[in-house]
Amino acid sequence: MSVEQPSTSRTIAVEINGERYEREVDARRLLVHFLRDDLDLTGTHVGCDTGNCGACTVHLDGQAVKSCMLLAVQADGAKLRTVEGLAPADGELSPLQQSFSAHHALQCGYCTPGMLMSASALLEQNPRPTEEEARMAIQGNICRCTGYVNIVEAITSVGESS
Amino acid sequence: MLLREVEYARPSSVAEAIGLLGAHEGARALAGGQTLVNVMKARAASPDVLVDLNALVELRAISVSGDTLQLGAMATYTQIMASAEVEVSRPVLAEVAAQIADVQVRNRGTIGGNVCSNDPTNHLPPLLVALGASMTILGAGGERTVSAEEFFLGVYMTVVGEGELLLSVSVPASATTADGFASVTIGRDGTCIANAAASLSGDAPRVVLGCVDAVPVLVSPAGADEDSVRQAVEAAGLEPPSDVHASAEYRRHLAGICAVRAVQQAQERGR
Repeated sequence: MSVEQPSTSRTIAVEINGERYEREVDARRLLVHFLRDDLDLTGTHVGCDTGNCGACTVHLDGQAVKSCMLLAVQADGAKLRTVEGLAPADGELSPLQQSFSAHHALQCGYCTPGMLMSASALLEQNPRPTEEEARMAIQGNICRCTGYVNIVEAITSVGESS
Repeated sequence: MLLREVEYARPSSVAEAIGLLGAHEGARALAGGQTLVNVMKARAASPDVLVDLNALVELRAISVSGDTLQLGAMATYTQIMASAEVEVSRPVLAEVAAQIADVQVRNRGTIGGNVCSNDPTNHLPPLLVALGASMTILGAGGERTVSAEEFFLGVYMTVVGEGELLLSVSVPASATTADGFASVTIGRDGTCIANAAASLSGDAPRVVLGCVDAVPVLVSPAGADEDSVRQAVEAAGLEPPSDVHASAEYRRHLAGICAVRAVQQAQERGR
């Protein structure tokens, strides 16, 4: 077994939305910049860059995480899902995305990718969340437009229609 | 945001991690990264080498053996919240873990990172002192165990030295002890302005105050009644910091209130 040596960059392999990527990346590069700038997956947003707003939320091995608080090298070997991976390849929106549209759960839309990723992580574990559960799930996601009411309704009504 | 250039290593064993931490000056362990990555953005910390502990699955275990609950340093808040071992032995740990930040942070943040960063507003340092926890630390010279009371040295400082690694936190798994925790936060589950943890076995509670000094402050009221608790907090002669969220005087006032609430919660559970 080779002994691990520190280095300022390394080659990482990740699976994102079912597709495999292999890239060399600087150790100091945040995951969100790797996604947006290296892979052109710009659906994941940079809001505050301090871990507060949640606009950069993605799934790492099934769990919602903030991609601005993770180094890209830390994702080596992981399965990631970003907002681009929510809708199936045929272009139809996912039930959650349709619900966001139907409930007008956005105004400027900047927080929406993060909201969708936090909400989809919740729905995978709990398909019929209560209002309180939906609110707790998006506690780490800030929206400055809607006042959250329509977002929470959009999340809780996905399970009702199924 | 662009961080300062840093070297990165991801060891696959604890021995390898200790080797890396010891071999490189300015090396720092990277646990969940929910504090460290942010302070690196602000350049408040600029480690030369990051030793990422996330591949060390052996540090994630939560187990009970005999009358000790052992939490691996890399156990996340989400893991602690879902742990049957925590629920039966010291459920307050799960309740407090659930009050830390938000889902995304709880999925990454770890008990070891929380105590080793020792931000005075963190939840777990006062709680672990109240519970009588002890920390097991490994270095090149071997393993040592330090009580939570001795573990915290100052703001962002603990007894974990250069080249050392916190392995686990042990908490007495007591069926006869009842615990409580109270805080005043910036928004729901936000940063604590003041907090207090209480542990009650017998008549006199063990109360620990957070946010009022560089390290958790242990006070020992003569009894669990409100007057005794308030007197003990007053007698501690607190000189808490003053900031945009609370003046020193207001924070001192909140410390007393949190202490009373934490003890009351412990009493209600002890019945």
